[in-house]
Amino acid sequence: MPRKKKRYMDDDEVIVLDHVSKMYKENSNYALDDVSIRIKRGEFVFIVGESGSGKSTLTKLLLRELTPTKGNIYVLNYDLRRLRHRQVPKYRRNIGVVFQDFRLLKDRNVYENIAFAQRIVQVRGRDIRKNVPSVLATVNLAGKYKAKPNNLSGGEQQRVAIARALVNKPSILLADEPTGNLDPKTSLEIMNLFEEINNAGTTVIMVTHDKNIVNAMSKRVITLNRGVVVSDQENGVYIDD
Amino acid sequence: MISTLFYTIWQGIKNVFRNKLFTLASVATIASCLFLFGIFYAVLANFQNIVKTAEEGVCVVVFFDEGITDKRIEEIGEMIKKRGEVSRVDFVSADDAWESFKTDYLGEYSDGFLENPLADSANYEIYLNDVSMQSSLVTFLESVDGVRSVKRSELTAMTLEGVNRLIGYASAGIILILLLVSVFLISNTVTIGIQVRREEITIMKYIGATDYFTRAPFVIEGMLIGLIGAAIPLGIIYFLYNKAIGFVTERFAVLSSLLNFLSIDEIFKTLLPISLIIGVGIGFFGSFSTVRKHLKV
Repeated sequence: MPRKKKRYMDDDEVIVLDHVSKMYKENSNYALDDVSIRIKRGEFVFIVGESGSGKSTLTKLLLRELTPTKGNIYVLNYDLRRLRHRQVPKYRRNIGVVFQDFRLLKDRNVYENIAFAQRIVQVRGRDIRKNVPSVLATVNLAGKYKAKPNNLSGGEQQRVAIARALVNKPSILLADEPTGNLDPKTSLEIMNLFEEINNAGTTVIMVTHDKNIVNAMSKRVITLNRGVVVSDQENGVYIDD
Repeated sequence: MISTLFYTIWQGIKNVFRNKLFTLASVATIASCLFLFGIFYAVLANFQNIVKTAEEGVCVVVFFDEGITDKRIEEIGEMIKKRGEVSRVDFVSADDAWESFKTDYLGEYSDGFLENPLADSANYEIYLNDVSMQSSLVTFLESVDGVRSVKRSELTAMTLEGVNRLIGYASAGIILILLLVSVFLISNTVTIGIQVRREEITIMKYIGATDYFTRAPFVIEGMLIGLIGAAIPLGIIYFLYNKAIGFVTERFAVLSSLLNFLSIDEIFKTLLPISLIIGVGIGFFGSFSTVRKHLKV
């Protein structure tokens, strides 16, 4: 009889942080202190807080760039504490990442930047030729596939980054300050795009300190302050210090 | 899997052209180091060859007891030929010795001699593989029954042996220093070049690239740069070598019997694989180890 895979979380959950603490140097302050969060499949969650609140540490823990000092993190039933270095790439393929500074390869055009993500997960050439135009259409950039990132506006570059994050059909989209480098109008367009992606079933975790966006979206808001969760509200608002 | 392999190779090739400045700097560093290495190697190999040729002319001469039988001379000859340090043995009969002496020193004055004054001068001229082995051979020969005396050119042997040893140490030292400098300079260039592209490695890792997939294009790029960097000095040395040899031979025609140069093919027999291994090897290990530092994302 085949061995049943151990379940770390409920079926409808995608992320569980169980009393997680992170300390960078021994005897220093905790960057995260006893944080427990549970996120369900298909949720749209804002992680908010000022600089130094622990948002970046949380992002790095979710990407398994760091491991917790205490507590456990389970994502899509992966136990991140026990995950070996060679298992990390496979885990990360389930998570699309979008950064504030877009992080596109400047020497490659839009098409190549997205195809690159498919190459990494060893998608066949003929499928790449089908998937890339499709995801470019989703982010309304079908006509710009030949353009180099430097010839695109900030909003367009962020759309390419979102397309790259989406092309491998991740279960979770993790966005770290995705509107940080954009003007309010473009930010709103990008947020609408994230909402569409979320409506299509992808769980979206967005780290931000953009008060206007958080308040306009009316989603779940988890507020961090000095490494501690101070608030976790459904249809929440941005809480100032 | 195969398409991934071709993709990484193709990316490695494209990287060479994507980062033109880095490629140029790396190729120039590798080419300069290997050019210096090649020049030193060619000069030292020729020096060694000249000394070796001189050594080949050094021989030990064995004279026999009076009244020794031809059979015993043959037996002694066989014993000598079996020695490991011997490369060639020439028998010189008493008549040959007298003819040679007459030609060299007496000329027409030899007519006054009715008998061979060198009747007991039959000998073996023994040529060695290595002059440093002369002493052990002489000790052996002096103990052989029927041998009257053993003549050797001790001073020549010692001088050549000394020069040979000096060239050996000098070439080992210079080549080692050049290699260390090359390894340092080349890996530094590769390191700087890859550090510039740290961002690319980080992106690849965040998307979920395996270490192999991330590293392979950089390693291929490093190896290609190493290959080009090695091929350029080899081409230049190949082109210049015969011209340089022609120039030296013409300028120092007086020493033509002494200056016995190696052909370019003989030089390349060693220089070609060593240069390619160093170039490609440094490209490989330089990029491999540098990328590894950035893989912990």
